[in-house]
Amino acid sequence: MASTSELTQHLECYVDTARPPADQAASLNFITSLVNKDLLTIEVLVKEMRMYLTITDNVIRARGILLLAEVLTGLSSKPLDNATIHSLIGFFTDRLSDWRALRGALVGCLALLRRQANAGTVSASDAKVVALSYRENLPVQSLAQQDRKLCFELLECLLQRYPNEVASLGEDLFYAISEAVDGEKDPHCLILAFHIVEVLVQIFPDPSGPLASFCGDLFEFLGCYFPIHFTHLKDEDADVRRDDLSKALMSAFSSTALFEPFVIPLLLEKLSSSLPLAKVDSLKYINYCASRYGAERMAKHAETIWISIKRAISNSLEVPAKSFTSEPLLGLGFQENEIATEALILLQKVTMQNEALFLNLVVRDEDINNVFNSIASHESYTNIPLQGRQSLHAVGRILCIITKTSMASCNRVFESFFPCLMNTLEISMGNSSKDFTLNENSFSSKRFNFGALYLCVEFIAACRDLIMRTNEHAEKFGTADETCCYMLQSSAPTLITTLAKSSNDVVDDADIYFKVKGLQMLVTFPGYFLQTPTAMFENVLKTLMSIILVDFDKSLLWKLALKALVHIGSFVDMDHESEKAQIYISFVVEKTISLVSQDDFNVPFPLKLEAVSEIGASRPNHMLKIVQGLEDAIVANLSKIYVHGDLKSAEKTIQLFECYSNKIISWIDETGGLEEVLYRFVISIWNCVDRCKDSSNQVQDKGLLDATMMAMKLAVGSCSEESQNIIIQKAYGALSSGISIPFKDSMDDSSSVKLENLHLSEQLDKFSLRDEWILSLFASVIIAMRPRTHIANAKGILHLFMTALVKGCTPAAQALGSVINKFGTPSNEVATSTGCTLEEAMEIIFRSKLWNITEDGVLRGSGTSHSSKVGLTELCLGFSSNKLLQVHAITGLAWIGKGLLLIGHEQVKDVTKIILECLLADDRIGDSELRQGLLETSRELPSVMRSAADAFHILMSDSDVCLNRKFHAKIRPLYKQRFFSTVMPILHSLIVKSDSSLSRSMLFRASAHLISNAPLIVILSDAKKLMKVLLDGLSILSEDILDKDKLYSLLLVLSGILTDKCGEEAVLENAHILIDCLTRLIAYPHMMLVRETAIQCLLAMSELPRPRIFPLKTQVLQAIFKALDDPKRAVRQEAVRCLHAWTSIA
Amino acid sequence: MTLGLINANPVVHAKKERVARTEDLHSDVDAAVDPLEIYDFVRDIRDPEHPYSLEQLSVLSEESITVDDKLGRILITFTPTIQHCSMATVIGLCLRVKLKQCFPPHYKVDIKVSPGSHADEESVNKQLNDKERVAAALENPNLRQLVDECLYSSEL
Repeated sequence: MASTSELTQHLECYVDTARPPADQAASLNFITSLVNKDLLTIEVLVKEMRMYLTITDNVIRARGILLLAEVLTGLSSKPLDNATIHSLIGFFTDRLSDWRALRGALVGCLALLRRQANAGTVSASDAKVVALSYRENLPVQSLAQQDRKLCFELLECLLQRYPNEVASLGEDLFYAISEAVDGEKDPHCLILAFHIVEVLVQIFPDPSGPLASFCGDLFEFLGCYFPIHFTHLKDEDADVRRDDLSKALMSAFSSTALFEPFVIPLLLEKLSSSLPLAKVDSLKYINYCASRYGAERMAKHAETIWISIKRAISNSLEVPAKSFTSEPLLGLGFQENEIATEALILLQKVTMQNEALFLNLVVRDEDINNVFNSIASHESYTNIPLQGRQSLHAVGRILCIITKTSMASCNRVFESFFPCLMNTLEISMGNSSKDFTLNENSFSSKRFNFGALYLCVEFIAACRDLIMRTNEHAEKFGTADETCCYMLQSSAPTLITTLAKSSNDVVDDADIYFKVKGLQMLVTFPGYFLQTPTAMFENVLKTLMSIILVDFDKSLLWKLALKALVHIGSFVDMDHESEKAQIYISFVVEKTISLVSQDDFNVPFPLKLEAVSEIGASRPNHMLKIVQGLEDAIVANLSKIYVHGDLKSAEKTIQLFECYSNKIISWIDETGGLEEVLYRFVISIWNCVDRCKDSSNQVQDKGLLDATMMAMKLAVGSCSEESQNIIIQKAYGALSSGISIPFKDSMDDSSSVKLENLHLSEQLDKFSLRDEWILSLFASVIIAMRPRTHIANAKGILHLFMTALVKGCTPAAQALGSVINKFGTPSNEVATSTGCTLEEAMEIIFRSKLWNITEDGVLRGSGTSHSSKVGLTELCLGFSSNKLLQVHAITGLAWIGKGLLLIGHEQVKDVTKIILECLLADDRIGDSELRQGLLETSRELPSVMRSAADAFHILMSDSDVCLNRKFHAKIRPLYKQRFFSTVMPILHSLIVKSDSSLSRSMLFRASAHLISNAPLIVILSDAKKLMKVLLDGLSILSEDILDKDKLYSLLLVLSGILTDKCGEEAVLENAHILIDCLTRLIAYPHMMLVRETAIQCLLAMSELPRPRIFPLKTQVLQAIFKALDDPKRAVRQEAVRCLHAWTSIA
Repeated sequence: MTLGLINANPVVHAKKERVARTEDLHSDVDAAVDPLEIYDFVRDIRDPEHPYSLEQLSVLSEESITVDDKLGRILITFTPTIQHCSMATVIGLCLRVKLKQCFPPHYKVDIKVSPGSHADEESVNKQLNDKERVAAALENPNLRQLVDECLYSSEL
């Protein structure tokens, strides 16, 4: 038993209003836990509290009662005996009359009434006493918001838990509720009040019971809240939104069918108001209520509802914004707002409910029939006045929705309107072939009636929608007997002929759109419903294909036709219509493939490729054929180029490769299960390489090489490990036989390594274009391989790559980086399978001395007496006199370093050190040597230092060509942050120490690369320090036109700092030099984006505190004034905005 | 006596939809100043009398602007809502100030009322294209405030 004194202390603490709330909460918790753990019984507690519960001081009594109530709230699942509950509820009920201490009484009643059933609950008779006391003592509307809310909760709880007892109150209950909720305005309370009405209605299900007479009164209370008009700000009352309130009111409205005579007229009246919100809400409410009130009650209102819907739709159409493009349009492309959308949803709902009634209304509607009567005058889209278009659109949408509702309504719409349309189009509904051949001739000269065409196509599309939806059900077998089916079947052949016939000579976008759509719809009906004859199907495909082949200059028509073909293609196999599938393949797929291989055709090549890839994407088996065709075309072109030296097809081959990489491979990756195809593609390219090795043609085409490599990488990257193993073996074979540098297997001892070194170095200068080609392709395979793939003769290949690297073959360096990155797995399996561990690879790359160098600094193959051996490190540091060699070595080292950086290997430090040393090359050489006239050195030195600075770009930036997730690189999270924060301080201190302007500028360059690639959040946290370096970097990068992209990305970092709150301090401190720098960049001639961003930065700066920027105003205005005359429009517009912002600083 | 509005009941037209330029804003080709660009700057100037833009009152249209980028000449012809509109000069002044802010000074801007649309056509034209008189008008604080209100109004 807890000591009484402690309990008293806590009681006092809670009751004393002067104590901090946290202490009071702690006391409450303490007491509750005592009772919960049976250390204190309720009786004892009440006895202890006796004084607080009965004292005449209002404040203390209120706190005391509240404490007891809160403790009981915490005990909702603790079993209590009935006697205790009875006396407690008696107490609280009694206290309801004590308005000064009401809060506690309400909370207490609620706590007791809400108790869990197995822990002892309030008896029914007690509950009734509570209800009576509530009725007598609580003037709800005169209480404060919080208390009102509690009152409503109490009422709700009573209604839900003790419906019978409450119901026995009879009329009294209604009076109590109407009194309580009348005039309520608080959103929290309103939600409860709406719910109370809903629950109340459920208690009296009898339609002739007491509820019936009170319905009017109740609705008087509810009705005045519609539509919910909510003016609360967003942050205040964030937990209640307008939506919640509206939903609560909606369910209150629909709670009983007895409300129907009041609700529907009110909603219809509000629907005709001018407030858009009221309209949308009315439509939603009618929709919801209709399902609750039932068909019979709604039937009374059918006509008014139909008229309101019609009006809502036709009044809410806005001016068409969309033109007829390839996206699917609704109707005639009028923008439909929420009102129209809701109205259409409602129309569908009520039609489903009272089908016959609404169908009659719609079919006999005067407005709709007027549109059909006047349809003959709507000859072409452009000639129809806006109003005519609107009504046409509205009718189309309404009838579409009705058609889609059910089979019966579909039949009814077709029966009533389809013949009229066919008449207007002058299509006979007969089925005999004679009929339409006759008609065909008469059509060719005549224009199509657009209005009829539009409605007809919309009907067919809606009908197809309906059929496709019922596709899964068993009912589909009956559909062929339906009227609409019969009508479509009888008119389809003629319709197809007519549409196909005239689709070539129409000029109007709208005509084109609906004709192609019509053709597409007619042939994509499921076979059991509408069987288009094979000849018709062929006819449609031929028509569409002829558009693809001939009308490529009409871009809209071409695109639509392609889309339609793709759609037909994806549909054609659905029902195993093997005959049609065959037709499709021979008419469409094979024809498009032949497009690619034919040279003489005049369709532009990019369009051909688009058609090929789109049609391929329609089905996997089409894609298989397409891929084969593309592959053949690529191989044929490649051998044309490399065997026959025909450079003309290079451009085309690049496009083919790009199409393959961008479209086909990504489609295969998404679809899955077709990796085999990619494997075959890679193998056939290597076969082609094998075939070309004897040719003497030297082809130099960087673009072609890049495109080939990219396709190769992507294809290999998507292959499985087993396939990659075979590919690497295949490639290795081609490499070892195709390359002019001899290299042997060096699996075992060091003597052979030496021997090989000798050969390699001897061949250093003989590195033909073809060698480079094969080697680059091989490097691509290595770059894209998975970590566990086996590499044959790994050491030998590493050596080969090292040699190529020094010759300036970047893919080789990238491959080295990738190899090292993937070796970095701690798994032993890899080490054994590749025959080369990470350690060994590192040994080869960093520590073995592969080359000999003579005393005068010339790199030699065989070791003469006056030579010393050097490795990659020494080459980077400039042991050789050939500076180009050094540049290659540094770039190579950077790629290798990147591979290491991504896995977080510690060797990165050494790499960074070497690169930094190269950066400071001129400090190291010193002034004396420069002055002595080592002219050559001083001229070439900058290029070495610059490549060292750019090495940081390689290290930090994300690369598309290698070492990314697509090519299975291992990437440690946050590697950029880590590298940035280790290297940046070093660069900082070097900048401070450096005294030569050249190395300073190179250090700035290196820092600029680091900054522009680091995540913005890192920069922001250190913005103050980095700002100066960043600005210097900007001015250095703006000197060379080649650096424009880097300049832009660095400028983006700056704009990131300017627009973030965290960067403000740094900006304020450097405002002056910032403005200097930005005003210079406004005139940057080489890239518009730089100028635009610089102006945007200035615009952002205009929001800084006035005292800081006012002195700079003149300078900025002068600079921007010049930008008003910029050749680019975007810059001019930005300048006007910026000028306005700065001039208004006064 | 309170002065009534000069045109108490102007005809208000719908705002035309802003056509997004079809060519890419960031394309490599230099883009010369064209009427649409100028129109985009001036269409939202508010009428001195009514809370409608010049576009809504049909005072201006894209066709009423001609520009010669090579010679650096801009000609704007606007149509006052009624023949004896004394606000015509204010509208002209607004146009001139706006263009001065948006184009470099080497453009020569001519602003005219369209022929036959104003009772005092000649004198209005003269007033609007006289440098001295424009400068003098802008020094008048009341007039200046009216112009600024029209240019930067957010009432529309």
